[in-house]
Amino acid sequence: MAEVRHPAAQALSDVPAEPGAPKPDPILVADGVSRRFGGLQAVDVDHLEIQRGVITGLIGPNGAGKTTLFNLLTGFDQPDGGSWSFNDRSLSGVAAHKVARRGMVRTFQLTKALSRLTVIDNMKLGATKQRGERIGPALIKVLWGAQEREIEERADELLDRFKLLDKRADYAGELSGGQRKLLEMARALMVEPELVMLDEPMAGVNPALVQSLLGHVTSLRDEGMSVIFVEHDMDVVMNISDWVVVLAEGRVIAEGPPAAIMKNRAVIDAYLGSEHDDEEAR
Amino acid sequence: MDVVGALQTGLQSAFGTQAAVYALLAIGLNVHYGYTGLLNFGQAGFFLVGAYGVGISIATWGLSIWAAVFMGLVASVALALLLGAPTLRLRSDYFAITTIAVAEVLRLVANSAPAGPVTGGPLGLQFSSPFYAVNPFDVGLNLGFISYPVNTTWAMLVTWSLVVLATLAVALLMSSPWGRVIRSIREDEEAARSLGKNVFAYKMQSLVLGGVIGGTGGIMWAIVGNTVNANTFRPQATFFAYAILILGGAASRIGPIVGSMLFWFVLATGQSVVRQAGSAGYLPGGLAGPTALILTGLGLMLLVVYRPQGVFGNTRELSLDG
Repeated sequence: MAEVRHPAAQALSDVPAEPGAPKPDPILVADGVSRRFGGLQAVDVDHLEIQRGVITGLIGPNGAGKTTLFNLLTGFDQPDGGSWSFNDRSLSGVAAHKVARRGMVRTFQLTKALSRLTVIDNMKLGATKQRGERIGPALIKVLWGAQEREIEERADELLDRFKLLDKRADYAGELSGGQRKLLEMARALMVEPELVMLDEPMAGVNPALVQSLLGHVTSLRDEGMSVIFVEHDMDVVMNISDWVVVLAEGRVIAEGPPAAIMKNRAVIDAYLGSEHDDEEAR
Repeated sequence: MDVVGALQTGLQSAFGTQAAVYALLAIGLNVHYGYTGLLNFGQAGFFLVGAYGVGISIATWGLSIWAAVFMGLVASVALALLLGAPTLRLRSDYFAITTIAVAEVLRLVANSAPAGPVTGGPLGLQFSSPFYAVNPFDVGLNLGFISYPVNTTWAMLVTWSLVVLATLAVALLMSSPWGRVIRSIREDEEAARSLGKNVFAYKMQSLVLGGVIGGTGGIMWAIVGNTVNANTFRPQATFFAYAILILGGAASRIGPIVGSMLFWFVLATGQSVVRQAGSAGYLPGGLAGPTALILTGLGLMLLVVYRPQGVFGNTRELSLDG
């Protein structure tokens, strides 16, 4: 297909553009995941597979359950039912911190920069399996000093790549909104994830920075990581996604390559249609 | 009015064992509140179990002083685990409410008549230990302006040494990757979780560490005074510790030490001045105690308004919203 540009995305060219379509090499598979808030069915996903090594855009109108689905899949919220697996290992009921350690790392819609930690400390925090993070060895620097230096080097490389190196000694709270988004993304990479889940990475970022953020997202894929990201801005989604999943009222109503989604009647009704109505109402 | 006498009383108090014990309480609280963001309103509870751990072991069970110290530490750890297990997974406000309630329940139980055979009830416990028998000093500390009796000098040396030890241990821990995780939990525990940190386990470790340091304050209180009384552990002990922490600067290393010295200096000087005013007929009888506390509170309010970071806190850090 013409719109599939990245080599890793070629694998998706034979996948039918329909909800719940099986993928050739799924990294994440969800079955019957549901979550109710009182009378509201926030999430009700029958079957969803996320292909490895590509960028999957998750879109849907406000209240479609995108963030709730993120929370459920990453262990930040407990579902009422369903099961899901990451790399063929079940993640049902696995605590959030263990999900991250398995290589599935998320960011948050409202950026969670750790304000009163320096930028470099934010980064170093992301590294896993740190010997000095255990209370006993923490008292004896020779046990973790060497590892700390390695981590710091890796953190500096990432900061350089995300153009934050000159801010390394600043408190994260002193950064601008866009820089915090960059920091959060860079910090997530310190975990060395296989799958990065970005919850509205462009929200509240000035247009000049959007391009650079998009560049970072595509470079994650180019390095072999899988990316799922939630986004409101249709243009952004269509630009960089290899595959798009559309949620509405908690259900997957469509999925497919961006071009197919643009033409999908159900999507236009649920998403674009409602957006047009919103604008008219204003 | 004897201003010099009042200042003498203040200085005497600033370096005394009470200030050292409260410095320990504040160091523990700094671990909880300053570094981890745990709103512990029950530091008096750790103070209490440390002190009663020693008092009950010696006076009721007839154990040796080392066994008594061990019991005080075990009691502090046990309280932290019991307090933390059900509450640390909940929102921080539930934790805060639980801590103050548990500390009060402990005090009321210790103070109750039915508990008398163990805790001494409202009369408390009096006992003796070989602590002063091993006092290596022949004469008390004499600084000219102020001086201390020989036993007090020994008690001060041991208690302030523990304060220094605790300060060093906390400083080492907080500058390690462990401390980094702890501080990240203060900032945003969900972010820490999203980076693979077991937030519950770290909060529990912090609660135990700060609780044991606070409990050590209780242990020294009991050993130095050879007595334990439930009235010592009223909620105001916790709030004094908070005042000390804020005075010195939360999340600063030597803040609790300087804060405690300043706090007791101001409080004791104020009390002395007010007492003199009382005996000179300026104040109606019975008002002296409360007036000194009111003045101290006023001073703290002014401090928070004009220097919110305390003496050693970091202004730059404080200007950032959590």
